Amino acid sequence: MWPKNFKFTEDHEWVKVDGDEAQIGLSNHAQDALGDIVFVELPEVGDEVVQGEPFGVVESVKAVSDCYAPLSGTVVKINEALIDNPGLINESPHENGWMIVIEPSDLGELNDLMDTAEYEEYEKTVEH
Amino acid sequence: MKHPYLPITDENRKEMLEFIGVDSIDAFFADIPQSLRFKGNLNLPEGMSQLELTRHMTEISSKNATTSDFIYFLGAGTYDHYIPATVDHVISRSELYTAYTPYQAEMSQGVLQSIYEYQSLICDLTGMEVSNASLYDGATAVPEAAIMACRSTRKGKVLISGGVHPEYIETLNTYAPGQDIEVITIPLKDGVTDLERLASEVDDDTAAVFVQSPNFFGLVEDMNSVGDMLGDKKTLFVAVVDPISLGVLKAPGEYNADVAIGEGQALGNPMYFGGPHLGFFATKEKYQRQIAGRVAGATVDGQGNRGFVLTLQTREQHIRRERATSNICSNEALNALAAATYLSTMGKEGIQEVAELNLRKAHYAQKAITRLDGFDAAFSGPFFKEFVVKTKLAPSEINKALLEHRIIGGLDLGRFYPEMQNHMLFCVTEKRTKQDIDYLAGRLEGLV
Amino acid sequence: MMRSEPIIYELSAPGRRGYSLPKCDVPEQDVKDLLPEAMLRERAPALPEVSEVDVVRHFTRLSQLNHGVDIDFYPLGSCTMKYNPKINEEVVRLPGLANIHPYQPEELSQGALQMMYELDQYLCEIGGVDKVSLQPAAGAHGELTGLYVIKAYHEDKGEGHRKMVIIPDSAHGTNPASAIMAGYKTVEVKSNEAGDVDIEALKAVLEKYDGEIAALMLTNPSTLGLFEQGIEEVASLVHKAGGLLYYDGANANAIMGISRPGDMGFDVVHFNLHKTFATPHGGGGPGSGPVGVKERLAPFLPVPVVEGKDGRFYLDYDRPKSVGRMKGYYGNFGVAVKAYAYIRTMGPDGLRQVSEDAVLNANYLMYRLKDHFERPYDRFCKHEFVLSGNIQKREADVRTLDIAKRLIDYGVHPPTVYFPLIVDECLMIEPTETEGKESIDNFAEAMLKIADEVKRDPEKLTSAPHTTVVGRLDETRAARQPDLRWTPAAGAEGE
Repeated sequence: MWPKNFKFTEDHEWVKVDGDEAQIGLSNHAQDALGDIVFVELPEVGDEVVQGEPFGVVESVKAVSDCYAPLSGTVVKINEALIDNPGLINESPHENGWMIVIEPSDLGELNDLMDTAEYEEYEKTVEH
Repeated sequence: MKHPYLPITDENRKEMLEFIGVDSIDAFFADIPQSLRFKGNLNLPEGMSQLELTRHMTEISSKNATTSDFIYFLGAGTYDHYIPATVDHVISRSELYTAYTPYQAEMSQGVLQSIYEYQSLICDLTGMEVSNASLYDGATAVPEAAIMACRSTRKGKVLISGGVHPEYIETLNTYAPGQDIEVITIPLKDGVTDLERLASEVDDDTAAVFVQSPNFFGLVEDMNSVGDMLGDKKTLFVAVVDPISLGVLKAPGEYNADVAIGEGQALGNPMYFGGPHLGFFATKEKYQRQIAGRVAGATVDGQGNRGFVLTLQTREQHIRRERATSNICSNEALNALAAATYLSTMGKEGIQEVAELNLRKAHYAQKAITRLDGFDAAFSGPFFKEFVVKTKLAPSEINKALLEHRIIGGLDLGRFYPEMQNHMLFCVTEKRTKQDIDYLAGRLEGLV
Repeated sequence: MMRSEPIIYELSAPGRRGYSLPKCDVPEQDVKDLLPEAMLRERAPALPEVSEVDVVRHFTRLSQLNHGVDIDFYPLGSCTMKYNPKINEEVVRLPGLANIHPYQPEELSQGALQMMYELDQYLCEIGGVDKVSLQPAAGAHGELTGLYVIKAYHEDKGEGHRKMVIIPDSAHGTNPASAIMAGYKTVEVKSNEAGDVDIEALKAVLEKYDGEIAALMLTNPSTLGLFEQGIEEVASLVHKAGGLLYYDGANANAIMGISRPGDMGFDVVHFNLHKTFATPHGGGGPGSGPVGVKERLAPFLPVPVVEGKDGRFYLDYDRPKSVGRMKGYYGNFGVAVKAYAYIRTMGPDGLRQVSEDAVLNANYLMYRLKDHFERPYDRFCKHEFVLSGNIQKREADVRTLDIAKRLIDYGVHPPTVYFPLIVDECLMIEPTETEGKESIDNFAEAMLKIADEVKRDPEKLTSAPHTTVVGRLDETRAARQPDLRWTPAAGAEGE
């Protein structure tokens, strides 16, 4: 059910590494918990992100949530489609709802994250 | 004790305590330590019946001068304007005034739709694209706009014209330090903003420029030039405006302001000794997620029927908490409803007619007064409904004499500006007749 | 069957007018002769043109689409939706109170100033404080004012480095928002299972930020409707750490004449006149949030303050240590008048009975409901209590939101939902003392019927409400595609 080459954080972000780029988004669990997403605040290309620190914000009708970076690096791409259609995160959290692409500064940080199997287990233990 | 506002009877009490299974209400207060229990009775006057209360409040009210028994030429931010009979009728509908903030939209469509209409009317009046549901008053709208400007431009400085109401500037200066905002006041020249000085002060760290028109002295400012000056800069142009004046004066949207704020009391609200008033706040669509305060929006239900909800709530304190755009919760909803009723009643023609009456009567009065010896026009620029007169006699003496004739005269400007000791700010609204004005001029003539 | 009401603009027809003004009796000079052309309005404001009949019908019909306290039960927690006395509406309209200008001579405003001064004194007595400013326009405004006062106090004593404000996890959102606005940083302190501030957690916070604590903000009873049993220890700990104690007066309806925040150790107190003191909510204001302080903080109150001496009342601007001005003029006088009238009506016995009845009503209602809804705290409550919709969620995946929407079909306003944040699927219920037993029983029966519906026919809840002019509204669409003002093109029903 979960894409096999993803890594996950405890805050339900995912990261997919492809060569020297890492794509980042919210997991299906996160979008389900948030409800309909109405607005997304993304960083700008060139911004630095730090593992464990917020890189953006998602708003649903009733809640606001920080998005935490799974890896540190520099933002090279942002998903502009989310500006007009934030609901993409709900519809396709692991594909079209990707949020940013970064150039990771330390791939060793991947060891701090959960792989798909671990995340599946983790997800079962978490409330809603 | 029996009281009309306390329906629980002794019989009810007995039943309820029995149902819960306790002997007395003391059980409910047992967790309050004895050391914190208030001993005896609060030292307050004994309760009054309705008749006694009415008598008492009437007595209190009789100790205040009012527009019923004095002729007012006093403005300076709060005005004696005509309020159509529709307004009090509407705001007395108890389904509306005894309602809370419309969090349960389906059963609050009355309040929500009226907020949506208020927002629309304010946009049309100011020529802006979006409006909020209200702020406390014109004075607090200034720091709210400053905070929004600094946040959206990521800069730390605001410039404010010395022609803005002095109490608005004071309020800004109270809020600014907590937000690390630097406030610079721009001096005036001939009673209006010194545009050269303004141009020289605008820099890369300027988040916003505030200019009021008509300004505190009643003078119309050159808002076109300010709009041009800031056009290509990343600095917000905040226009502080008199809503009545917009019946005849250029609207902020027409001279490229980014934000239009001001005091909406003149739109259907009595003076009430300075409050409750109404802060209006309108801006461009691109800032809609940054504005402070509540916003109502249109949407549909499951059947496609149009309805209204509070929206963009994630900006607000009850969700965003620390990162809210403002801490505002309760605002001035009923005053906004009064404004919506006023603007609907006056309509497109009425707001123009009322503005023209103000303009013409104020000019008639200014001529009548400055023609007298010892009374000179302080400034030569165009004005709307207020004007400054330089006087030979002290304003306090003049006003004291006018009181004998049941006239409340203009504001003694020495109160706010030490360098303007012998200057008075007169206000003439559509409620003053030619007779009133001639009477004023006649009494002033007798003084010198 | 309820009809929806067109937007006022949709009733417009060119040439209709709703107003009448006298003819101009001074020379009708051309506007262009009086104002420069460059400053004249280019296009007339596109306001609607409707007759007076249209205006009255329109807003009257809108009012019929709205629920107020004057219609039925309105048990919003921490809002204190009590009855708004009509005599107060009448007296505030006396010309001598409504049609007075804030800058008119003080000698001709003695009635207004006297009333403000007396209200100040009454609030001091009720709150256990020494001086009140009536300037703040609402509770949140009062909080901001109080925080500025606290800041100025610390700075005056050379302790301006204190930058932290402690806020419980059950606090109303305005508390942290106000603290940030005042330039403070916030740190949360957890509540324990009894619903009180966790003393050990508080001690840990005080130690971590030793020397940096400016204040602790608290409401008592808390937003859970529970009296902070450890309040004396909380006060002592915070004061020892050099901080001040701030009281959020939203829940003062529970304790009038019974206990006073000033006696509990609070240094700064704000009152919500539109809650405790029966002034109308107005659909979202105007409110009034006077701030009261202990003697040593009085110099820092906003300016001006109303003073009285030898039977003469005046505005005192000579306050060099004041935080400054929080808004124009002196505060929401027109709201203060109603609160004053309410206090004069109730008197000391009446106010205490208000609190006693409010607390009785809440406990009774809680007991009627506690066997059918999850009750997180097994304690007697004060004027309000919280329940959770967890049982219903487990039984049929029905949320508190659905319970709330179904209550609408029973003709009552739902309680507060999803607040405070520390209770899952929260319902916060405050009946107030102005509800009779029948009204409370009626609400209890509606809730019990709904609990039953959850078992038998949950779809009735998830598709509710059914009896209002519109069904459940699409809030996602409203937030994704904001439509915040009427424009001619968007006039059609739905899209």
